[in-house]
Amino acid sequence: MGSNKKIFICGGIIGLIAAILMKFGNPANMGICIACFYRDIAGALGLHGAETVRYIRPEIIGFIFGGFIAASLKGEFRSRGGSSPIIRFVLSVFLMFGALVFLGCPLRMILRLANGDLNALIGLIGYVFGIFIGIQFIKKGYSLGKSFNQTKISGYVIPIFAIILLIFLIVKPSFISFSTEGPGSMRAPIILSLILGIIVGLILQRSRICTAGGFRDVLLIKDYHFLWGIIGIFIFNLVGNLILNFDTFHIGFANQPIAHTESLWNFLGMSLVGICSIFLGGCPLRQTILASEGDTDSGITVFGLIVGAALAHNFQIAASPKGVPFNGKLAVIIGFIVVLFIGYSVIKNVQGQERVSKEVEKNA
Amino acid sequence: MPNIVDARGRSCPEPVIMTKKAIDNNPGGEFKILVDLDVAKENIIRFVKSKGYKVDVKEKDKEYTIHIKK
Repeated sequence: MGSNKKIFICGGIIGLIAAILMKFGNPANMGICIACFYRDIAGALGLHGAETVRYIRPEIIGFIFGGFIAASLKGEFRSRGGSSPIIRFVLSVFLMFGALVFLGCPLRMILRLANGDLNALIGLIGYVFGIFIGIQFIKKGYSLGKSFNQTKISGYVIPIFAIILLIFLIVKPSFISFSTEGPGSMRAPIILSLILGIIVGLILQRSRICTAGGFRDVLLIKDYHFLWGIIGIFIFNLVGNLILNFDTFHIGFANQPIAHTESLWNFLGMSLVGICSIFLGGCPLRQTILASEGDTDSGITVFGLIVGAALAHNFQIAASPKGVPFNGKLAVIIGFIVVLFIGYSVIKNVQGQERVSKEVEKNA
Repeated sequence: MPNIVDARGRSCPEPVIMTKKAIDNNPGGEFKILVDLDVAKENIIRFVKSKGYKVDVKEKDKEYTIHIKK
């Protein structure tokens, strides 16, 4: 089987699983959403005050388990890191602000589109626009620097974090709270979410699917491989929804579940997500898998996403079906300024280093 | 002597970009690309094959040397 066909089917299975999770109780047009799920986890841990979005999503635990298992079996698990961790943390916080202004990660954007939500089409255009901007920085030499081997225990932090989340989910100690209404209360059965999450994690680790990488490679090196994975997610989710979730499927902008119609902010929110994903070297989905296979830089990114989600709700940045609050708009604008400044200063730094090494060569 | 591109410790997409730059600067040349991630190895192989290069990969202690030539 050709590699494009293989990744198309891998994406397809993920799209189908998302439709199944929706059918069995996850929020409408949100079979899987990395941003929303980390936000729910942040809420369950008591990091933000929004009562309607609190739950320890077993899917996230499953992704990490699946990624960890696949990487370990294939000998790819390796504790590594040290590539500008604090910059990654900042980028992931702003990535989350952008995602929660749009109301979804890039994966949910594709799933929303496959449910007929045309606001996601605006989001997609914004996402690709953000990726395009990010690529301009890469062409000028943007790099967060090399990573190095780390002590073994560093690589196990995220898998252990997932185990702790699973314990909290099952035992539900008094300091953990779950929503009784709103999106956080809509959930597929734990065991189903966990098992399907593990399957998705296994597939993602093996196929390396990344929503940012898919568009980036097309624009940067005209490689359509990963884009086929994204197309697979879209088509199979669309078919899955037409069969399983036909009652919630409708094409249009208005009255879409857990979405708003402020096009400018859907566009800009996802543009910010696009730039951040390129600067981080992968979308939130891919970061989660990398974190599970020992990449501690992606581990920091995961924690940044959780903190970003908590701040987004505590600071009234996150949008709701009613629209984008003022703070959300402000956060996206500040996000652009901060992220572009980071990109600019990284490039200046890289160019400075190149100049120095050329001079050293000349003098040698 | 093949040119060496050392992309060890680099995360995606940098190894592919470094390879692309090297090829663009010296089209048709012979290169040895060093990487330490499976995904970087796969991405580089897919990229250089699409550019018509022959590929030979050697592994030592989870580090790969990708030897490419036309």
